Amino acid sequence: MTDVTAGHFHHVSKVIVHPLTVRITHWLNALAMIIMIMSGWRIYNSDPILPFSFPVEVTLGGSYEGSVDIHNEDGLAGALQWHFAGMWLLAINGIVYLAYGILSGHFRRALFPVGPKAVLRDALAALQFRLPHRLGSYNAVQKTLYLGVLAAGVIMVLSGLAIWKPGQFQELAWLFGGFDAARVVHFLGMAAIVLFLIVHIALVLIVPKTLPPMITGRAPADESTSGR
Amino acid sequence: MNNATESKKLLRASAQAPQIERRLFLKQGLSLGALTLLTGCDVTDTSAVQSVLDGISRWNDRTQAAIFKLDRLMPTYPESQAVKDFRYNAYFGQNQIPKIDGDSYKLNLSGLVDSRKPWTLQELYALPQESQVTRHVCVEGWSMIGKWTGVPFRTFLERIGADLTAKYVGFECADGYYSSIDMASALHPQTLLTFKISDEILAPRYGYPLKLRIATKLGFKNPKWITAMYVTNRFPGGFWEDRGYNWFAGV
Repeated sequence: MTDVTAGHFHHVSKVIVHPLTVRITHWLNALAMIIMIMSGWRIYNSDPILPFSFPVEVTLGGSYEGSVDIHNEDGLAGALQWHFAGMWLLAINGIVYLAYGILSGHFRRALFPVGPKAVLRDALAALQFRLPHRLGSYNAVQKTLYLGVLAAGVIMVLSGLAIWKPGQFQELAWLFGGFDAARVVHFLGMAAIVLFLIVHIALVLIVPKTLPPMITGRAPADESTSGR
Repeated sequence: MNNATESKKLLRASAQAPQIERRLFLKQGLSLGALTLLTGCDVTDTSAVQSVLDGISRWNDRTQAAIFKLDRLMPTYPESQAVKDFRYNAYFGQNQIPKIDGDSYKLNLSGLVDSRKPWTLQELYALPQESQVTRHVCVEGWSMIGKWTGVPFRTFLERIGADLTAKYVGFECADGYYSSIDMASALHPQTLLTFKISDEILAPRYGYPLKLRIATKLGFKNPKWITAMYVTNRFPGGFWEDRGYNWFAGV
């Protein structure tokens, strides 16, 4: 790395902080999340399990009023079509990401080790705004959040399968405590992922320099701790 | 959702002020537009998006048919769990329920069957019957366990000499509803041509005199007030299926 203190003409070298596979699967997953969450909210609205509905403007499934006029239904058909199309993108992309993460050692390097002590220490530091953000290296709070949202994703796929096919996959539905319980799990998983996304996007807004590397993969070497 | 849902929908369908519709339509257009931007599709080209979605739904039909197994039984429940006052569900209110005279009723048959002789209710009742306590799963998300009694559909198909190698069985109903199922699902042991719910002859609101109970599929694949049935190799579609619901709709 060039010595930036030397005062001479120098260049800032760049290093890869996000591998290409991670970047591609990240953005495909972002698309899948938008499709699944927005269409899922429309499906939820057709039979809410809690005493509220999602505003139709933030749901996906074609023209709401058009559906009422033409089909005499809430646009559920369109929402289901989006959901059961998006599931393929989510599942295939997720499998590619998980396979890459495990086989390449990406998970081992980026997300482990993570222990309760380090999580507590970094969480306290974060709350006091004393936790530095280094590109390409995750602190214990980040590791916990990423592992948590990965687990939530897996639970969403499994509980989704249990709701889609409570007969064909009846053992899976049983594992979740039955069809109705699987619906609750599917809802809670959604809520957990939405909470993650709020934190995730808020942090990108607070530390905007984290965004370009997720597109180009590169970050200035002096801001990163890996790749040298 | 409660029992007033369908009348609520009817009200909504007929009583919306045009300007409100337009406003919501525009808002919806915006959120859909935002998504199509992400997918790289032209914002105005929603029909292209729709044809892709329809294509994936057909693919999902094939996927479900591929994992369907004739000997895979849906879970059954003790009779004590069967709901007695089963939920009424149709695309119209209870005041529009078809009133069918059982004495003059005939089930008409057509298509790839040996005998197209219409069946009276007495002839149907004379067939061997069995009961099942299974979960009715609605596409909307709610579900309800009920007890249904009727003749195994396979038995009936064999009696009428249906071509069991044909692809589809279609149904037409007194209320204008229509639907169709794949032959494999038609032959599943938990598919019944149903006369009774909760040990009582189907009340008019439950589809008197004839309903298909097919435990392996979503609720809208269980047509009520059936008046005609046919076996065919030509894809028949269905009332909701033609409005975008997945055709196979297996559970």
